[in-house]
Amino acid sequence: MSQNLPALLVVVPLLLAPLAALSGRAKIAWGIATAACWWTLYAAISLLLRVQESGVIRYSLGGWEPPYGIEYRIDLASAFVALIVAAIGAVTIPYAGTSIAKEVSEDRAPLFYTAWILMLAGLLGIAITGDVFNVFVFLEISSLSAYSMIALGQDRRALTSTFQYLIMGSVGATFIVIGIGLMYVMTGTLNMVDLAERLPMVESNRTIPVAFTFLTVGITLKLALFPLHLWLPNAYTYAPSAVTAFMASTSTKVSVYLLLRFFFTIFGEVFSFEQMRLNMVLMPLALIAILAISLVAIYEVNVKRMLAFSSVAQIGYMVLGISFGTVLGVTAGIIHLFNHALMKGALFMAMGCVMYRIGSVQLDKMAGLGKAMPWTMAAFVGAGLSLIGVPLTVGFVSKWYLVQAALAEGQWFVAGVVMVGSLMALIYIWKVVEVAYFQEPDPDHEIIEAPLSMLIPTWVLVIASFWFGIDATTTATVATQAAETLLGAMP
Amino acid sequence: MSEGWIIGLTVLLPVIGAMAVLLLRNAPNAREAATLVAGGATFWNVWGLLRLVQDGARPRLDLLEVVPGVHLAFEVEPLGMVFALVASFLWPVTSLYAIGYMRGHHEENQTRFYFFFAIAIAGALGVAFSANLFTLFVFYEFLTFCTFPLVTHHQTEEAKRSGRIYLGILLTTSVGLQLVAIIGTWVLAGTLDFRTGGILAGTASTGLLSGILVLYVYGVGKAALMPFHRWLPAAMVAPTPVSALLHAVAVVKAGVFTVLKIAVYVFGIDLLQTLATTSWLAWAAAATIILGSLVAFQKDNLKARLAYSTISQLSYIVLGAMLANDLGIIGGGMHIAMHAFGKITLFFAAGAIMVAAHEKKISRMHGLGRTMPFTFGAFFVGSLSIIGLPPAGGSWSKWFLGMGTLEADQYGLLAVLMLSSLLGLYYLIEVPVKAFFFAPPEDAHHGEGIKEAPLPSLIAIGITATATVAFFVWPDLWYDLMTMVVGGAP
Amino acid sequence: MIALGLFNYWAVIVLMMVGFYTLIARGNLVKKLIGLNIFQTSVILMYVSFGKVEGGTAPILIEAAEHGAEAAEPILYSNPIPHVLMLTAIVVGVATLALGLSLVVRIKEAFGTVEEDEIQSASL
Repeated sequence: MSQNLPALLVVVPLLLAPLAALSGRAKIAWGIATAACWWTLYAAISLLLRVQESGVIRYSLGGWEPPYGIEYRIDLASAFVALIVAAIGAVTIPYAGTSIAKEVSEDRAPLFYTAWILMLAGLLGIAITGDVFNVFVFLEISSLSAYSMIALGQDRRALTSTFQYLIMGSVGATFIVIGIGLMYVMTGTLNMVDLAERLPMVESNRTIPVAFTFLTVGITLKLALFPLHLWLPNAYTYAPSAVTAFMASTSTKVSVYLLLRFFFTIFGEVFSFEQMRLNMVLMPLALIAILAISLVAIYEVNVKRMLAFSSVAQIGYMVLGISFGTVLGVTAGIIHLFNHALMKGALFMAMGCVMYRIGSVQLDKMAGLGKAMPWTMAAFVGAGLSLIGVPLTVGFVSKWYLVQAALAEGQWFVAGVVMVGSLMALIYIWKVVEVAYFQEPDPDHEIIEAPLSMLIPTWVLVIASFWFGIDATTTATVATQAAETLLGAMP
Repeated sequence: MSEGWIIGLTVLLPVIGAMAVLLLRNAPNAREAATLVAGGATFWNVWGLLRLVQDGARPRLDLLEVVPGVHLAFEVEPLGMVFALVASFLWPVTSLYAIGYMRGHHEENQTRFYFFFAIAIAGALGVAFSANLFTLFVFYEFLTFCTFPLVTHHQTEEAKRSGRIYLGILLTTSVGLQLVAIIGTWVLAGTLDFRTGGILAGTASTGLLSGILVLYVYGVGKAALMPFHRWLPAAMVAPTPVSALLHAVAVVKAGVFTVLKIAVYVFGIDLLQTLATTSWLAWAAAATIILGSLVAFQKDNLKARLAYSTISQLSYIVLGAMLANDLGIIGGGMHIAMHAFGKITLFFAAGAIMVAAHEKKISRMHGLGRTMPFTFGAFFVGSLSIIGLPPAGGSWSKWFLGMGTLEADQYGLLAVLMLSSLLGLYYLIEVPVKAFFFAPPEDAHHGEGIKEAPLPSLIAIGITATATVAFFVWPDLWYDLMTMVVGGAP
Repeated sequence: MIALGLFNYWAVIVLMMVGFYTLIARGNLVKKLIGLNIFQTSVILMYVSFGKVEGGTAPILIEAAEHGAEAAEPILYSNPIPHVLMLTAIVVGVATLALGLSLVVRIKEAFGTVEEDEIQSASL
């Protein structure tokens, strides 16, 4: 079994998904989804350990040797991303059990969990596959299931925002297919390793820059880099709470991983950065995302939406790190990938708890919540401190590496922008804190603390965001090694 | 128990005290006793460490590695000892004072008050004992956040506004400037440890290093160098014990302490002398000294006047650091202690007046001296120390700072020091003089039923006022420690 | 001649632009979906054109015995992989369309319209 672990990581959830659909009962479907999530967590951990121990795992699906068959290729970066996805899935699923029971009707719940499992499988598939067309397939599996889950939000605007997401997401995916097709026609292979070998031979051909451009646009659309982020705020705002928490911490992260995979492993750092001057595009966009979108977040009064905008800004940080094209920068990007998953997951989950109890996440409805829901709001403040980048939280570790990467390149201005961004995070987080702690609660409504089944997962992430902020040596080491493998692919 | 763990215990004791406060929240007497016991124990521990440091030892405790190469670590050296002594001694004293004040003033949420108070002291001790810039920054920010609930203690609209200014300025400077400088130092020097002689010398052009120095000095917002001083007057909405200990001692001194520490152990005096911005920053500090005094002049609210006086006095220490010579550093370091004892006496007195007579405005305190002679007497002693007149400790630190300006051939700065003392003479001495010799205003209802503040508060005032005078006679403790900092024999 | 030789690709680009334009410019959600579908279909056409080899036959393995002597001349096959890939893409496209249409149905139920501007004014 351990031999086939790479395949089982994806296949087990894919097999469990129809079972959940057929189960017909919310509780049973939830149980199956939990099993799927916990299984993938186990598999992802063992894969990461194995990669650390013995290097890259190559697995030929169905015994077909590459380039004829599809190959799963797991290096440190993929194992790390897979672990993030699986871990977030495992933490959010107990939370979803309670929150979905309230937000999604009983007859739809089994289908909801089916979509959940499929999305998990899709995201994990993207992380570990070594075949570019397979990337597209998994991308669409995860996206389509994400669309259907978002559409189950209570607000009717969930439908329109899903539609918007569907259109933009499909365009992004189609752009990626075009890019893949153009690469295939020039090289005759879909295998990432083969592509990396053959692309340099044909890179003077005009088709390759075109393929590169299509892929860049497609992936940046999927990862919601400014100005292609328009689908994200609405989708995150109106999706069911658990879905927002799960998606915010995983799906954009996987897209960032794709960006790394395509730019560094396949096209190579030299082509991406020296020939195509990718940094000239990514860096300004990332900086604008950090500044402009944080500003938008400050003026937002729906807290979920505010956090969604903050996510766009935080994606700016990850892309900024990548845009340096150095080991330090990519390390910063990968670290922030992990760290942001922890803190944004916790923040959205805290908001889900608020949603569960008061049915709204409008700022003015949250008056006095610091007293009424002390644990929920404490979790929000804890994760918020991390978002701001207070020392001994994961947010600080991210900023530490990011600014270090900027200063190592002599980019003092960029370092300044990063800091301004975290101060803007302070403003929007503190807006919530002031309302929750300085205003008196509405005496007409008796509000009680969220149920434990939601609080515990939230706090797991909050504690993790402090734990990995106090001892970041593990994440930093893995991220550095992953960055070195990514950049080392091309000498 | 190894020496290292004594440090850990010292920083941990206030936290333990805070937990005890939380557990005893339903028994006010036991709760306050817990604070006092924790305070006494902390000071006793610091005193033990002092003995080691005086013998030339440098106890060290490595806690853990946060990111590769960057450790959370403590090391006790003389400069940190000065700060730790001041903070840990004044904590139990202030707690004693707070018992009288908080009860006399019928404050709410007293448990939260004592809890965060203790936590803040842990933060201050962490700053004092930090072995590298990272640890320093961690506790610096920790101190900012755990004093926020104290500043906004009353949870009013005004408290909220002040809290915004407080957090806004302190975090903007520390994250926007100081952290950039720290990471810059890490990139340039490859280490963040505090080392005698500095770590930055020769790592980059003097132009770049000058820039980093500016980032550091302005980045330490807690040193309240203008224009980043607004948070300090804003923090005065807090209950007086908070203003007294945190915004005259722990928090602001953490700021100037950081500046001194960076000047001595990151840049090193020799390097500082070669940087273009050093003397420029000295003049920026001089400007703050004068402007702070002038603003203090116009404030009728006693606490606001004291706050601006603090801003002015803090810049003495920044000035001392930027003189970049031994005498300046010694003077600056001594001023941390001298100003702390003097200013806390003033704040204690201001709080006592508020509790006993419910007066905040100086113009309404005329004649109060006759009913509260002890309080105003203490205020007088504290004022002398701040101005720098014998027989109060402040005269020694001002003496060394003055000598430092002469050593640096900066006669202009000497003139600034003189002028500021003259201004201080007016705006501080005015208060007790008018209280003793002026007739009370017509509509004032004092006289009937007003007596001195509650006894615990009076004891606290007595202790700090006595200490202020005692340090005039015996300043050796501080002087010896500071000589060790600049490399003299212990 | 060159332009004509690339006829397939011209068709792909025209279809792509038509689809993309409809997708962006039309306010009717159903028309948007149609645009999306044309856009996706153009890509399918592009892939299939990649796979086409001049004079090639369907890639079905023919037993040499049946061919006898003719087998000496190698048989020219079209590249099957792009076709296979497009089977997957078609499935994805169908799924997307189905999901999109079901969303439109529910939007119609919830808002009473499928026009974008009317929905926007309704959600305010």
